[in-house]
Amino acid sequence: MTSETAFEPTRGFTGRARAADRDPRLPPGQYDAADGWPVLSAEVTPDLTPADWTFRVDGLVTSPRTWTWDEAHALPASEYRGDIHCVTSWSKFGVRFGGVSLDAFLAAAGPRPEATHVVAYSHTGYTTNLPLSDVTDGKAWIVWEYGDGPLPPEHGGPARLIVPHLYFWKSAKWIAGLRLLDHDEPGFWEQNGYHHRGNPWREERYSGD
Amino acid sequence: MTDTFVPPTRFAVPGRIAVSNRAAAVWQRATVVEIRRETPAASTFRLKVPDWQGHLPGQHLMLRLTAPDGYVAQRHYSIASAPEDAEASGEIELTLDHVPGGEVSGHLHTVARVGDTVEVRGPLSGFFAWPGDRPALLLGAGSGVVPLMSMLRHWRKAGPSVPLRLLVSARTPSDLIYADEYGDETRVILTGTEGRLAAGHLAPLLSSSSLPEGGWEAYICGSNGFAEHASRLLVAAGQPVDRVRIERFG
Ligand SMILES: Cc1cc2nc3c(=O)[nH]c(=O)nc-3n(C[C@H](O)[C@H](O)[C@H](O)COP(=O)(O)OP(=O)(O)OC[C@H]3O[C@@H](n4cnc5c(N)ncnc54)[C@H](O)[C@@H]3O)c2cc1C
Repeated sequence: MTSETAFEPTRGFTGRARAADRDPRLPPGQYDAADGWPVLSAEVTPDLTPADWTFRVDGLVTSPRTWTWDEAHALPASEYRGDIHCVTSWSKFGVRFGGVSLDAFLAAAGPRPEATHVVAYSHTGYTTNLPLSDVTDGKAWIVWEYGDGPLPPEHGGPARLIVPHLYFWKSAKWIAGLRLLDHDEPGFWEQNGYHHRGNPWREERYSGD
Repeated sequence: MTDTFVPPTRFAVPGRIAVSNRAAAVWQRATVVEIRRETPAASTFRLKVPDWQGHLPGQHLMLRLTAPDGYVAQRHYSIASAPEDAEASGEIELTLDHVPGGEVSGHLHTVARVGDTVEVRGPLSGFFAWPGDRPALLLGAGSGVVPLMSMLRHWRKAGPSVPLRLLVSARTPSDLIYADEYGDETRVILTGTEGRLAAGHLAPLLSSSSLPEGGWEAYICGSNGFAEHASRLLVAAGQPVDRVRIERFG
């Protein structure tokens, strides 16, 4: 009854974007949201001001630390320019996020050698898990700017994590902290059936993919 | 270290509904067995899914269309029908808005006919699901009423053991999906004439005298604009943030 690999076209469906002129920046199963930026959070957008925002790194680190808004802004500025991909099928090309590389926060906290994974958590309580190697070496940022302006609240403002090489549910909005662990621990959507890693180029959407 | 890390915050991950990883991972061929017009812009597609594993009201699925050259388009759609319907018939219903210029909804509204097949995968996500065990306050706008209708249908079929209230907003009567199915549990808000959902609509449901035992589980579904507006009103009216679940259609 199932058709895991069987390829059978849908009668009459041609598709808007032809495979031939498909943008090479588009991972499989994604479409270009162009100017749109859909909002997909499960929780109420929190009333979080920069004065209330803090970011903590703890768990398996030598010096657990909490940064305030001003302390985080005193770190060297860094930006991401590129594409983002959401598991609900939209992608957005050439966006800009400004903030600080996660490496700067991790360097200050000092990950212990046994740390292999992180749980990123939000001021709302949302969680998502990542291998430490997916958020180090210039692959992840804490950001407070989108384009030229502040990051809008419904997109995670005042500050969110971004891990642009993975599906965007890994890029926790309203980021509150990272806890470093020596094991993998599924977060909110991972407990709700989503894939543990979420690589868009391998279409790692749901557990079992 | 096997303890689960719980962050020191208010929005608790409900996690009480296990999702079948198998159902979430497997594409199944579904046959369109009926197409029903609901409003000028929305139609219901009834699908026979021979290997459907069952669902909970509020869950959604992924629907995929394939072009002859292998190009695929896939989108999420909430399940509109009750679990009891699927158990009895092996069929589920989706209700789609016809999005102007939309690739998937456009195909289903203008090309698809009874007998065609599409592929589906799911049900997905237990977060927005309501198993019928706690008093439910449902707020929906436009096609956001779809997963809420699955809850309402389940509530009626299973025999109402807990209170359920639905507030549904639509621009005009002709935009109201499932207009014939609402009963005393539902308050329809026609935004074209009476304006949008307001504190006054929520106050009577959240006053201490009308609050059910244990309080409401709140489910909000619709466009992001509606979800933001409705969730803020609800929290301002006293609903705890950790008991508000939101499904945003983008
Ligand atoms: C969990 C979830 C549940 C959902 N449940 C439902 C449901 O029950 N019912 C429902 O109706 N919807 C539902 N949706 C929304 C649904 O998934 C789709 O987003 C919707 O049907 C539009 O898809 P589409 O392919 O028709 O339109 P798309 O092709 O994705 O287009 C969307 C919009 O972008 C524009 N657009 C995009 N690309 C282009 C382009 N290249 N050129 C011009 N214009 C473009 C279109 O004109 C249109 O306005 C749900 C979404 C989620 C996330």
